[in-house]
Amino acid sequence: MSTATEAAADTRKRKGGLSDRAKGERSLGWKLAGPAFVIMLLVTLYPIAYAIYLSLFSYRLTDPSARKFVGLQNYVTALGDGLFWEAFMTTFFIVVVTLVFELILGFAIALLMNKVVLPRRTLRTIVLIPYAIITVVSAFAWLYAAQPDTGFINHWLHTLSFGAWDLNYDWFGGRWSALFIICLSEIWKTTPFVSLLLLAGLAQVDGAMEEAAKVDGASWWQRLTKVILPNMKAAIMVATLFRTLDAVRIYDNPVVMTGGANKTTTLSMLVGRETVERVEIGMGSALAVILFIIVLIIAGIFVKGFKVDLAGGGRS
Amino acid sequence: MTGRTPPRRSAAFIAATALVASMGLAACGSDDSAGGTPTLTWYINPDVGNADPSAAKGGQAYLAKRCADGSKGKYKIKVQLLPNDASDQRLQLLRRLAAGDKTMDIMSVDPAFSTEFAAADYYAPVPDNLQAQFKQDRVQSSVDASMYKDKLVSVPFWANTQLLWYKKSVAQKAGLDPQNKPVTWDQLIEAAKKTNTQIGVQAKLYEGYAVWINALITSAGGAIVENPGETYDNLKLGIDSAAGKKAADIIRKVATSGVAGPAIGSSTETESLGLFDGRNGGFLVNWPYTYGALANTDKKDVGAALYPRVSAGEESKPPYGGIQLAVGKGSKHADLAYQAISCITNQENQTIYMTKSGNPASRKKVFDDAGVEKAFPGGIAKLIRENLDNAAPRPLTQYWGDISLALQQRFSPPGALTPQTPASTQKYIGEVLNGKALL
Repeated sequence: MSTATEAAADTRKRKGGLSDRAKGERSLGWKLAGPAFVIMLLVTLYPIAYAIYLSLFSYRLTDPSARKFVGLQNYVTALGDGLFWEAFMTTFFIVVVTLVFELILGFAIALLMNKVVLPRRTLRTIVLIPYAIITVVSAFAWLYAAQPDTGFINHWLHTLSFGAWDLNYDWFGGRWSALFIICLSEIWKTTPFVSLLLLAGLAQVDGAMEEAAKVDGASWWQRLTKVILPNMKAAIMVATLFRTLDAVRIYDNPVVMTGGANKTTTLSMLVGRETVERVEIGMGSALAVILFIIVLIIAGIFVKGFKVDLAGGGRS
Repeated sequence: MTGRTPPRRSAAFIAATALVASMGLAACGSDDSAGGTPTLTWYINPDVGNADPSAAKGGQAYLAKRCADGSKGKYKIKVQLLPNDASDQRLQLLRRLAAGDKTMDIMSVDPAFSTEFAAADYYAPVPDNLQAQFKQDRVQSSVDASMYKDKLVSVPFWANTQLLWYKKSVAQKAGLDPQNKPVTWDQLIEAAKKTNTQIGVQAKLYEGYAVWINALITSAGGAIVENPGETYDNLKLGIDSAAGKKAADIIRKVATSGVAGPAIGSSTETESLGLFDGRNGGFLVNWPYTYGALANTDKKDVGAALYPRVSAGEESKPPYGGIQLAVGKGSKHADLAYQAISCITNQENQTIYMTKSGNPASRKKVFDDAGVEKAFPGGIAKLIRENLDNAAPRPLTQYWGDISLALQQRFSPPGALTPQTPASTQKYIGEVLNGKALL
């Protein structure tokens, strides 16, 4: 008991014992960041709290008088519904597939960008172009490319397969072929982002270490797996985390391409449909909260489980 | 001195920003500043003119200008363009209405969603002295679609219905004469197979697919909702019926026999029109704008007929569409808005609108106009009028939005429908309406 009070007094003393300069810096820090912090709280915390509150009601915007407190019923309904789990599976299928391909391709492009010296800036700009395109626009581009009437994909495959490919193949007519195009579009669009993050990681790898490994007779593969990859683990983890969280919230591509037909509805689309289209504010909020918790869990797994240090960058 | 300048400059900057921001807000908020002529806002759905008020276009924006000019300074009308898709139009109107937007003076509302707004009490009541005028000379289907609980809640503006469009050469080759002898869906499928041509339909996951499903079920003598006025817990659905099974069967046949083109599941009005306008196009069910929109086809070869039947002995019930005009409850000028609507929907303006935009009038006399017959030659004007008499609106229930979404989803993909689909769809819609399942 006494030791605890002593310790507390000790910290208080130490806190009070900050130098004037440190105090001044701290207060300046609060002054600079304070307003932004307050605004952040207002614009994020309030809507989140309000969504949690609304999720406990059966509430339809077109019928406000029938608003009724239902407790956790919305969550029970959502989690017990086949459609929710179908959307869950679709979403995570997209997450896993896009992530694997983006990391491999992104790493290959990063290696290339790291080595190429001459048109370095031009190359980096070119690689970034897909990422600069608005997702909805790229979704429409891929939609038109894959549709049998306007698209060229079927024509190319037809030519490349010497006529074996059906010119009228309907990519959006089945679940897996539609998901294939959706994933392709996602990968095309966000690989540049991943490659840029990985390039930053590659730049951190000490060239001397690589050279030392080379002198010691390590093969290219050994240098890659024993020297380069371990030293850029932090960058890989940050890229994976960002892309996972992004992909979990995927909305634009499937909305534009299939509108959710053929079991391609993702979790975000489900939230949008309940809240915006059906104006079932209660159920929509419950789904939004569930999606929020899923995102929190993923972030938690990465930060705690894989010890990703978002602030430090270098350490892991 | 120099040390003081930056704060002052920043203060001036903040002041300037605040000023600009408040000016912007003021520009958004006030419409009839300083007690001048009140400005009514009319939310229009896209048409030939969109926001262009010129007489050459003759769209809703032109009618707005005509009526405002004719009001002798009583009101001005500003048009706001709604999104393209019926579902998106509903969304924007619904969100504005729910948020209590004060600018909802006049709205162009799709009849399918009008009931939902009326049930939510979003409309300003139609004045008693105008009720008779708003029903006068209207085709029955348009009046039906404007009612909620036996009261007129919106005003029939233009009335739409789908026709069967066909290429005369193809029909002849297949031995059909749709204009004089109504055809069935089965005959169409056979004809398309025989002539190696295609039938344009709408089966993407959107409102247009629900339009098709509803038309098939009503044409088979059924109804998706048997008691449309009821609340969700008492609603009786008629999808799980002989008519529902027949509808599912026809959709499956159209999709699997290969006559609906390669991408039936992503086909809207635009795609199906493109299919018909292409080399292999043979038949198409679509709205009357089709005739004006054909670009590659020789119009002499294009015929129109009554909507296809489900069974040979029973008259078809073509889909009813069109636009109702309604006044939002929050409108500050509801009386003026109804005066403006009275002008917009008078015979002269409806004639102009039908001739220029290709959207059929809800007033019967308009169809006798010489200009209208010229715009829809070869008896098409008369045919539309005839079709409108038989047309069946989508169920006038406030839950149509949900029912439509659920129908579209469960009836998708069109090629995989089974005789069990109607029963499972009906069960699912019941669960959705009672909050027991997600949509």
